[in-house]
Amino acid sequence: MLIEVLINGLLAGVMYSSVALGFVLIYKASGVFNFAQGAMVLFAALTYVTLVEKGIWSGFAIVIVLIVMVICACLIERLMLRPLANRDPLVLFMATLGLSFVIEGVAQLAMGTDVHILELGIEDGIIEVDGMFLSTFDLFATAMAGVLLVVLSFMFNTTRIGISLRAVADDVVAAQSIGIQLPRIWRIVWSVAGFVALAAGLLWGARQGVQFALTLSALKALPVLIIGGFSSIPGAIIAGLLVGAAENLADFYASRFINGTVSTWFAYVLALVFLFFRPTGLFGERDIVRV
Amino acid sequence: MSKVEASYASRSTLVKPRAQGDLAKQAGLAVVIAGLCAFPLTLSDYWINSIIIPTIAMGLAGVGLNLLMGYTGCVSLGSAAFMSIGAFASFNLLLRLPELPLPLVIVLSGLIAAAAGVVFGLPSLRIRGFYLAASTLAAQFFFIWLFTTFPWFSNNNLSLTITAPRLEFLGWDLKSAQGRYLFALITTILMVWLARWIVKSRIGREWIALSDMETSATVIGIRVAHRKLLAYGISSFYCGVAGILWAFAYLQTANADTFDLDKSFEVLFIVIVGGTATIYGNFLGAAFIILTPVFLKLGVSWLGLTDYADIGTLTNLERVIFGALIIYILIKEPDGLARLVQRGLRSLGRAARGVRGGS
Repeated sequence: MLIEVLINGLLAGVMYSSVALGFVLIYKASGVFNFAQGAMVLFAALTYVTLVEKGIWSGFAIVIVLIVMVICACLIERLMLRPLANRDPLVLFMATLGLSFVIEGVAQLAMGTDVHILELGIEDGIIEVDGMFLSTFDLFATAMAGVLLVVLSFMFNTTRIGISLRAVADDVVAAQSIGIQLPRIWRIVWSVAGFVALAAGLLWGARQGVQFALTLSALKALPVLIIGGFSSIPGAIIAGLLVGAAENLADFYASRFINGTVSTWFAYVLALVFLFFRPTGLFGERDIVRV
Repeated sequence: MSKVEASYASRSTLVKPRAQGDLAKQAGLAVVIAGLCAFPLTLSDYWINSIIIPTIAMGLAGVGLNLLMGYTGCVSLGSAAFMSIGAFASFNLLLRLPELPLPLVIVLSGLIAAAAGVVFGLPSLRIRGFYLAASTLAAQFFFIWLFTTFPWFSNNNLSLTITAPRLEFLGWDLKSAQGRYLFALITTILMVWLARWIVKSRIGREWIALSDMETSATVIGIRVAHRKLLAYGISSFYCGVAGILWAFAYLQTANADTFDLDKSFEVLFIVIVGGTATIYGNFLGAAFIILTPVFLKLGVSWLGLTDYADIGTLTNLERVIFGALIIYILIKEPDGLARLVQRGLRSLGRAARGVRGGS
């Protein structure tokens, strides 16, 4: 029983990881905590669902959504990031808060507020492994997150773009002085974060339906980021699993004492406890502060 | 101008010596306050109920967050949680200790909120920046959960709502629109006066030093931990009192969901729109937040779009406009409406002097 709760928690955690990945990407390359990631998840999933409901083949729909996300990234870079360059990270964070309002509003104005059902063509069946009941959809989600992890790690560690991204993350001024174009990097990173948002949106949307509540996935990602460290891709994945498992276990035990769930706040308290012992998270980089 | 210079320029009133015209200024202030007390009483109940009281209450919450975010530089996404603590604490104090007078209840509820603020501010001693957002979000979700899970806090009311059991002071019943207005106004004036005093004191100056650069502040001997926790406590005290006003002076009936995350964001927007590190700017920001939906609805009906625009569309339009304005203000006027008004007044004054000089 305990193992089953734990494994189902781990699988639920994959969903958290998928959202947290998008945050890590943007934080790594621009030091911005992008609160609008949740809104981007909603926007991407809603666009995809609307296109599919219009009768467009799903593969083609994905391509269209990807193009839309690239256009969004360019607009965000031109209209928001460029005028706010070199400003306090707190200011940028608040700007992304405003951005999340804009994206949510535009998405729902253009595509309505109805809950859409999303069929990915994956059977959400239940299989039995060693006497435990696991959802096949969760297993699929895990595989997808694994693929994302491998692809993103490959991109960051070996491609030219990935290396420039890391250079920017390390020292913006130094990176610019060796000829890395910051606006271009921003556009690329926000586009990739848009792709990740689509992947997360499809996973979450297939689970809960495509609706406004998808934006809340951003809030679930915050404790994941804190535990994993803001700038680590493997950290996001591992912390997501940890949070999912811990939440499920906490709910399982708390249900004996109180009615209702504790999962609305448990992840945050877990993150707080973590902060006291490892302020930079599991894999985060330690900042050196100078006067 | 560097960030440090700019931040001191905008706060230059801090170091201004006491002027000669202080007495005249104080007399003027007294007239303004008397006017504030008397003037809206002539307005219709609609204005008092749905525009002025919420503006005052949210403005006060803005002051609370601004003390923490604008002056001390610690981000908080949990202002509404501390508002809810104030509201629920005062409800229980009023109900369970019937002999306590209203002002004492307000102070005690504020102190309870402050205690919670200090606890959730503890992580700020080890961490900075966005990591703090998690700590305050924890407060946000934890307290909403607490007040909805345990019905004791709402006196076992089935719908979990709270209503002020009594709202009177020295035999005056404050339940009418005018009474609630005066209750909110006088509480707020006292607290604004206190806030101005705090930010001009040594505490306020040390907060500003902390927000400019924590490491240097440590080096010159500021007790960082003490000052930060103090900021969390005082900020939560203000939010708690604002919560009382919001629940009992404005809504009159509230529940935990009144103080959800969206309310926290509203307080945050008030601070950004009004101007960080100002006091009266928060009330401009609050007026902006309260009036924008009103004007939007007016605009829609004026353009004859009521047939096309349902409530959902309007809410979304509101979101887009709010969001875009936040970004615009951050880009164009980082010091917010307060700075805009200040500049406007100054150029008006210059124009007036110019006219007098010319004639």
